[in-house]
Amino acid sequence: MLIKNVRILGGEPVDIAVVNGLIAEIRPAGSAGTRHDGDDTAEAGLPEVVEGRGAIALPGLVDLHTHLREPGREDAETVQTGTQSAARGGYTAVHAMANTMPVADTAGVVEQVWRLGQEFGHCDVQPVGAVTVGLEGKQLAELGAMADSAARVRVFSDDGRCVDDAVLMRRALEYVKAFDGVVAQHAQEPKLTKDAQMNEGVISGRLGLSGWPAVAEEAIIARDCLLAAHVGSRLHVCHVSTAGSVEIIRWAKSKGWNVTAEVTPHHLLLTDELVEESPNGSYNPIYKVNPPLRTRADVEALRSALADGTIDVVATDHAPHPVEDKETEWAAAAMGMVGLETALSVVQEAMVDTGLLDWAGVAERMSAAPARIGRLPGHGRPLEVGAPANIVLYDPTARAEVDPSSFASKSRNTPYEGMTLPGRVLATFLRGRPTVLEGKLA
Amino acid sequence: MNRHLISAADLTKDDALLILDTAEELARVSERSIKKLPTLRGRTVVNLFFEDSTRTRISFEAAAKRLSADVINFSAKGSSVSKGESLKDTALTLEAMGADAVVIRHGASGAPHRLANWVRGSVVNAGDGTHEHPTQALLDAFSMRRRLGNLEGRKVTIVGDVLHSRVARSNVLLLATLGADVTLVAPPTLLPVSIGTWPCEVSYDLDSVLPKSDVVMMLRVQKERMNAAYFPSEREYSRRYGLDRDRFAKMPDDAIVMHPGPMNRGMEIAAEVADSPRSTIVEQVANGVTIRMAVLYLLLGGEI
Repeated sequence: MLIKNVRILGGEPVDIAVVNGLIAEIRPAGSAGTRHDGDDTAEAGLPEVVEGRGAIALPGLVDLHTHLREPGREDAETVQTGTQSAARGGYTAVHAMANTMPVADTAGVVEQVWRLGQEFGHCDVQPVGAVTVGLEGKQLAELGAMADSAARVRVFSDDGRCVDDAVLMRRALEYVKAFDGVVAQHAQEPKLTKDAQMNEGVISGRLGLSGWPAVAEEAIIARDCLLAAHVGSRLHVCHVSTAGSVEIIRWAKSKGWNVTAEVTPHHLLLTDELVEESPNGSYNPIYKVNPPLRTRADVEALRSALADGTIDVVATDHAPHPVEDKETEWAAAAMGMVGLETALSVVQEAMVDTGLLDWAGVAERMSAAPARIGRLPGHGRPLEVGAPANIVLYDPTARAEVDPSSFASKSRNTPYEGMTLPGRVLATFLRGRPTVLEGKLA
Repeated sequence: MNRHLISAADLTKDDALLILDTAEELARVSERSIKKLPTLRGRTVVNLFFEDSTRTRISFEAAAKRLSADVINFSAKGSSVSKGESLKDTALTLEAMGADAVVIRHGASGAPHRLANWVRGSVVNAGDGTHEHPTQALLDAFSMRRRLGNLEGRKVTIVGDVLHSRVARSNVLLLATLGADVTLVAPPTLLPVSIGTWPCEVSYDLDSVLPKSDVVMMLRVQKERMNAAYFPSEREYSRRYGLDRDRFAKMPDDAIVMHPGPMNRGMEIAAEVADSPRSTIVEQVANGVTIRMAVLYLLLGGEI
């Protein structure tokens, strides 16, 4: 298969020859190529040629933070629809969070999710294991059994809940060292955020909604950084949302501690002002998410932290919810937003079009770094000869209004409805096989 | 005026004065032996109460009936709502019944904003969570104006649990619109962290504010706040922030005392202060009906 006329990381136009799922050759666009032995294009039923039309080629995106909802909430999303959504967004691998029903806290459940991913094949599904049994924060789950299972879990998280017990967090950080694991913490001090509805600040005071103070995130991050340093473990901080958190992580990194962090697309673009006033009305729970949308100053701090590498990764926190869980009064609504199909566009809007990040930076933050943190050797590799052909073709010149009804995801809870965002994923290839072509599922 | 009355911030100064002036006219009707006006005949007002609030519901009901509207009372208890019906489905049901106005009381802040997306009629906020209670602020302003005249430059002190008070939020907004100078007094734990951005002054010391106050409005303190460590004990709260006889004596001679009710006598307000001639607490209830008549009348476009 030949992917013609694409610009790797926005560089000069090239043609990419893919043979047996690997990149066999990269040559100037339109130049004559060599014949590759053992080309499986025909027998695999793949297209001979994919026209890139000058699109940007990036390594397939890797999401460290996806809620696929299966098993348990198949009304919101399934592994099939969630991975279709991922492919449409340019992803070739997603980490499926553990807060399913039952919770992914045993080898059995993580293997089930892993097998479902294998079966549908729209992208690789790497299950995340729960840190504690039932996400209860009381007893460590069998982390080693999950690590040794067919799903070979390396990322452990009680996401949705914080491992707030300091001793338990310390033990988890220590324990996963035995299999090169990482604990991904949802940093939220529970007592400071009891019944919390939105960012605590000017808007929450006016709207009479209980506040989710920045300190509830920052205090846990500070504690966890110190714990990780003390026991010499890897810590990953989920969905960093405040300027204060950025400062703490910057400090921890300056000490040489093994701390990584992610930011969601929505925290790079949206602010808590939308809760008060938006084209979708006031108090619209489409903007309800955990951690909550913060202030403009936080957004600016997160953008510069992502630009300078203090924040390593963009992770979607794709959180599908059925419509009835969002078409309610604010307090009754579920928290979360879908994000796989808009992530790259939002990152272009917030980071690339603002000059903060080039396409090489995008590839690092959305593909290479998450693959490194998640220990996925087959993903996040530079597009070069011999690498697996995990490729996304992206047209940054397109502009379109976000239309939730076009999503592959089962859920429609996007905060971007009606917004015009740049860019369009034209094609996604997973080990040489197209999962998306011409913007549609292949 | 807007089609809905959801926040006191929806009202311009002209809107607010129009409501207060209309209420004055309607108050004269209330003094007649036959209190009923035909202005809203054939119009339907639904009282949609998701929280128990007999006082507010009766007040709206009396107001609508005095304007000859048909009133439907819908309380969440024992209805389809207690069986899990969503606010949206309840709204669509009311819409199908042809409600011209929906008066909503709800425990969730912002519920009236959501309701307004789903019904064509006017939405009147009768208290939403810890957000706002605009008709309470209007009746308070009406009560103040009847006692003190023009509110421009008047010093209004609001004391108590501002953080959780819909009455305080609506009053601060409306009184700022009407040109009064508001000072909030509370323990710092019961003020929002962003209080500095509100159009008012803030003090932690009631005694220093009282001598400069034309109006002192005491807010109800929920006893359960004590368990969440907002203050150490009822006794300490009462000692620092309660309006007792000694503090009452520090107020200027013509200053008035208000309370939106229901009161905790002996906690935030001493019984003899509540019952003094300078207390407007009973008038506030009567004025509640009048102001709600004015609101319904103006929103539904009746004619006198």
